[in-house]
Order: sequence, then C-alpha cells, then structure tokens
Amino acid sequence: MKKIAEIVGLSALAAAVSWFAVAGPGPDDDKLIIDGREIVTEAAAPEDHPLDTLYSGWRYRTDETQALAADDFENPAMVAVEYGIELWETPAGGSNESCAGCHGAVEGMAGLRAGMPRWNAAKGKPESLEHIINASIVEHQGAEAWKWESPEMLAVTALIGLQSRGMPMGVQTDGPMAEWIEKGKNLYYTRVGQLDMACANCHEDNPGNFIRADHLSQGHINGFPTYRLKWQGLGSLHRRFSGCMKNIRAEPFKRGSDEFVALEAYLASRGAGLGIETPAVRQ
Amino acid sequence: MAKVKPRVKVPKKAAVGDAITIKSLISHPMETGLRKDKKTGENIPRRIINRFIASFEGEEIVNVAIEPAVSANPYFQFDMIFPGAGTIRFEWRDDDGTVYDLEKTIAAA
Repeated sequence: MKKIAEIVGLSALAAAVSWFAVAGPGPDDDKLIIDGREIVTEAAAPEDHPLDTLYSGWRYRTDETQALAADDFENPAMVAVEYGIELWETPAGGSNESCAGCHGAVEGMAGLRAGMPRWNAAKGKPESLEHIINASIVEHQGAEAWKWESPEMLAVTALIGLQSRGMPMGVQTDGPMAEWIEKGKNLYYTRVGQLDMACANCHEDNPGNFIRADHLSQGHINGFPTYRLKWQGLGSLHRRFSGCMKNIRAEPFKRGSDEFVALEAYLASRGAGLGIETPAVRQ
Repeated sequence: MAKVKPRVKVPKKAAVGDAITIKSLISHPMETGLRKDKKTGENIPRRIINRFIASFEGEEIVNVAIEPAVSANPYFQFDMIFPGAGTIRFEWRDDDGTVYDLEKTIAAA
C-alpha cells in the first residue's frame, strides 16, 4: 500500500512540475498597426463567454512574426494577394467573364469576410467564403470549381478577406444561424481522437502556455486565410482545423463539411469584436 | 502560378547623409532544375533569377549573383547612405533572358 501511495505522490509531483514547466508568456501588450491604422487585437468578452478578454493570436506571437504581419511589404501573403487581383480581373469559363466584370472593383467586397460564414437561404445552411466563390465560379462564370486549398482559392479568399481588414468580426448569431452555432459549440467542447481532447482543452484552458515547442493562442479565426511560417504558404481555416484534429489523433472532417462550417460559425461568434487581420502571419 | 512581379519599398524622401533602408522582392518560382515532374519523370528545367542589381543614378550599389539554393520569391534588403535626390533602378535577370526592372525616385528632405 505504501508503494502505491508513493507512486501516486510522485505522479502528483510530476504533474505539478510539468504544469509549471509549460506555463509560458501570455499575450503581450503590442499594438498591431498596419499602414497607420490600428487593428483591434483585444476585445472585452461578451457576457456568458468562457474567456474574460479576447486576444487575437497575433498577440501571442514573437516580435519577429508580429513585424511580418504589421508591414504589407514584409507580409509574405501579399504575393498571393497580388495573384488574387490577377485572377479577379481575368475572364474565364463559358461566360468569358471575370469576377470584376460582375462585381466591379474588389473593394466592393469589404465586409463580406467579417460576416462569414453566411446563411444561404436557398441551400438551408451556412456557407464559408470558399463555397460562395465556387458557387459564383460554377453558376455564373461557367468555369470549373477551384479546389478548397488550391493556390487560386487561397489567393482570392485572401484578397476578399483583405478588403475587410480592420472590421470587427460579426457573424449572424440569430435566426437559423443559432442552431449551427450551437452545433459548432458542441464540437468545440467534445473530446475526440486518441488523445481524447476537445478544442477547449488547449484554446480555452491553456492559451499562452506551451504545447511542446508551440505556443497556444485562444484560437480565434480573425486572420484566415493565414500565412503560416510552418506551411511556408497560405492555408485555409479548414486546413488549420484538420491540422488540429490530426494533432490530437482524430480523424479530421472534410474541408467544407457541415461540421467545419458549424465550427467556423461558432468560432466566429466566439471572437466577435476582434478585427479581421486577413491575411495574417503566424508561426 | 502568379506572374513574375517585382516590388520594392524605398522612402519617398530622406535627409542627405542618412542611412535609408531599401527592400525588394520579386515573385518568382525559382525553379532549381533539380526537381522532376511527378507525372512524366522529366527534369523540370532550371529557371531562376540569377542576378539582382540596384543602381543609384547609374552607379551600381548592389550586385548579387543568385544560385539555385535561393528560395522562391527572393527578398533583398540593404541600407545605403543617401547621397542626395536621385533615382534608384532595380534590375532582376531571369534565366530565360527576361530582365525585370523598376525605378523609384527619392527626394531630398
């Protein structure tokens, strides 16, 4: 019996030690200013929110990574944005029409990204920006749909997202969206995978702490599509979801699936008020 | 992929004698010539920017020979002592013979 007590005591000690070992720095006090305009990276959480203050993932990054996001010339995602402008203006498909041909200048897309995902009454479910773009390409332009993670899709979602930069995230939470946000919330708090972890275990319980060599944020989605240094390129939000799920040894949902759209809707409501940073730079 | 497009960032004006920072970037695939096409097994021919030159009022200030190890979208940053108002000319030479260039004028403050 004594031996068991010792073992229990030891493992309790080990747990305590590792707890202190993983405690890393929280969000810093830097301000994100791009072209003289400050982007909101800190917002008071609404009532009933599990967190006290919302911090953009930018605030958890190193000064070097922060600097990349704060300067459009240094931001490596801007190469993709320029490719996006080229695609926006190039006629394609059966209609031989460009995005600009119908929508005009891409500046007209301001605000779209800030309200994603958006309710589609015809389909009876919410849609991500990628769905909307592909619907437009297929139905109106008469061209072939882009793959979710293709350079074209990333370039155009980054370009459209950029038009909303600085606007507060504000997804529709009432009406038919309420049910989807609830679905997303269930996913967020459901433990899955061999490691038996939920999103909340990292992003709600441990933001600021280290997970192995990586530094956890609150997991807000205000910067997607994001240039990740690890990826050496832009990646979509649903790619990030997949990555997280693989890390906890779970089977990821498909990109663009109802599950990921519901999770996106919940996360958008969870980060309401934070400024859009698309295309953000993260580690 | 995207068109090859050079970009530079220089101050619009500067005080004579000050150190100014010049940043340049060109979107370019920088194909090393060592990769194979996965479908055909053929080598993908090398195509890189092999030289980057910056000159101020005709006088060369930076001249870089670039090798295949340099990654896509090569980025160069350097400082220069601002000698007085003038034009900086940037030049990127592609393996295929194309020369991309860009000029920026800096005023004396």
